Amino acid sequence: MVRWAFLARRLGFYLAAAAAAIVLNFLLPRLMPGDPSSAIVEELERVSGQQVPAETLMSIRAIFGNPHANLLQQFGDYVRQLAHGDLGVSVVNFPVPVADLVSQAMPWTLLLVGATTVTAFAIGTLLGVVAGWKAGSRFDAILTPFTTFLSSVPYFWVALLALWVFGFVLGWTPLSGGYDADLPQGFTFAYVLSVLHHGILPAATIVFSAFGGWLLGMRNMTVTTVREDYVLLAQAKGLSPGRVMLRYAARNAMLPSFTGFAMALGHVVGGALLTEIVFSYPGIGYLMYEALQKRDYPMMQGVFLLITLTVLLANLIADLMYVLLDPRIRARG
Amino acid sequence: MLKSWKVRFGLGVLVFFVLLAIIGPLLPLDPRANDFSAISQPPSAKHLFGTTQFGQDVLAQTVAGARGSMLVGILAALIGTLIAVLVGVPAGYFGRAVDNGLNFLTNLFLVMPVLPLILIVAGYVQGTGPWVIALIIGLFGWSGGARTLRAQALSLSSRDFVLAMRMVGEPHRRLIFFEVLPHLTGWISAMFLHGMIGGVMAEAGLAFLGITDSGSISWGTMIQAAQQQSAVLRGFWWWFVPPGLCIALIGTAATMVNFGVDEVSNPKLRMARRSVVVRTRKVVEA
Repeated sequence: MVRWAFLARRLGFYLAAAAAAIVLNFLLPRLMPGDPSSAIVEELERVSGQQVPAETLMSIRAIFGNPHANLLQQFGDYVRQLAHGDLGVSVVNFPVPVADLVSQAMPWTLLLVGATTVTAFAIGTLLGVVAGWKAGSRFDAILTPFTTFLSSVPYFWVALLALWVFGFVLGWTPLSGGYDADLPQGFTFAYVLSVLHHGILPAATIVFSAFGGWLLGMRNMTVTTVREDYVLLAQAKGLSPGRVMLRYAARNAMLPSFTGFAMALGHVVGGALLTEIVFSYPGIGYLMYEALQKRDYPMMQGVFLLITLTVLLANLIADLMYVLLDPRIRARG
Repeated sequence: MLKSWKVRFGLGVLVFFVLLAIIGPLLPLDPRANDFSAISQPPSAKHLFGTTQFGQDVLAQTVAGARGSMLVGILAALIGTLIAVLVGVPAGYFGRAVDNGLNFLTNLFLVMPVLPLILIVAGYVQGTGPWVIALIIGLFGWSGGARTLRAQALSLSSRDFVLAMRMVGEPHRRLIFFEVLPHLTGWISAMFLHGMIGGVMAEAGLAFLGITDSGSISWGTMIQAAQQQSAVLRGFWWWFVPPGLCIALIGTAATMVNFGVDEVSNPKLRMARRSVVVRTRKVVEA
């Protein structure tokens, strides 16, 4: 039963966090110097060469601030707007709604970040266990300083280097984009192949930059569990070394990796956004880059809100996994 | 502590870059001078690190970049560490309602993706100088440190010496600053180093996105300029490799110092050092 109490508490926390993210998203444009909503309307009129329709004007004011309404009333309008899935209209791609642009880009980023996070976590954790289990061995003495260096390198710089070596010098991978533009989109073999071909290098650079953090944490935790009594007992029982390492030491050492997941995930998402820009990958990061370059405030706000909510959801999932992994939650609550 | 080669190496590198940032302007290197006889040249005797597309010396830019990047890194770390202390220590020390509130705040910032948050705020105040950038990075990058400090202050506040001083009737202010805080200096300095790398990396990310003032020179703006001029697709590797390597070196150095300090304070980790393992094996075999 305690397990459910734990889950309910976490769920409550994430709901509160989501509410905080929405309030933050509401307050930011209103706290900023100048008046973003008028700036956006002016920009829209300049770009389109005509007066902004009354409906669009209302939606922009609801999201970015209405000089004629008090803050509470504005918040009500804002939440109503969000509930309808309206994130405003993109200035650069007028009159395409931000929600449409974001939902087009989202699958690309989810695929890239999801696949690389899981891969990096698996590789980092496994290598970390091996390095920590035989701490001080040659494997550990070479791998650990090397990963210290790796985890200090900016993602986008690794991406630039990879693009230069594999794309430019060797010519193995395409230089930009997420798919072959000449092929019709859809689940055809050729198209999927082109997606994989374009995605392999961005994915590889993210995994390369991200696994080090998990490796170091896991290594240091394994070092401290190796001398625990239960590990000694398992060895005395004559269990195979692999079983002792993975089922006894690693399982206990892994818990902090899961509680630290939130911090690491934010880091990986940030790095992945920058990596997308280097490769002109058609995901959220590239959308955000475009928005920043052209001061497309509606797009910035929409992208930020969606990234935050997605990261919160991913953290909730990590917490659920934690309950499965740690039976003590049941007793401790 | 200086016995650990990790600490010595790390501190050496950090001191080198701090000195470079301080004396940089005194060196006979002008990062903005354009040498039109050498455009996009690979490293040579005249330009040790090569030149950019604008005929600027990459070595001179890297030295000037040290100043720009380190300034933001150190300022951001100062601000972040200060907030972490102000939030984390009272949360752990007072517990109860104070803890509930502050801990919620900490967890909130912990689960928020920080880079997009920094990006959007910096996006509204585009083209600002290093001070504002450092302030924004510091304001959003304190949560990890605050969590660690909270846990430490929590365990310290119930130790005998703190309880004893509380019985004597010392005010909370004195207890926090003279009894609890001195025991946290190790954690706080580790946090500062961590914050500094974070600040340098975040600045590089922001500069890469073109949000910082393009007139100032940092390692991030160097990489951004290289990216904008398609240095990758034209094979000008000497333009973007040095600034990235410098960031990586500083990051490695700071992590090494923290690792070394960990080993000193945690004997289990110290036993895992290669030198110790090899020495023990020799003794056992002999």
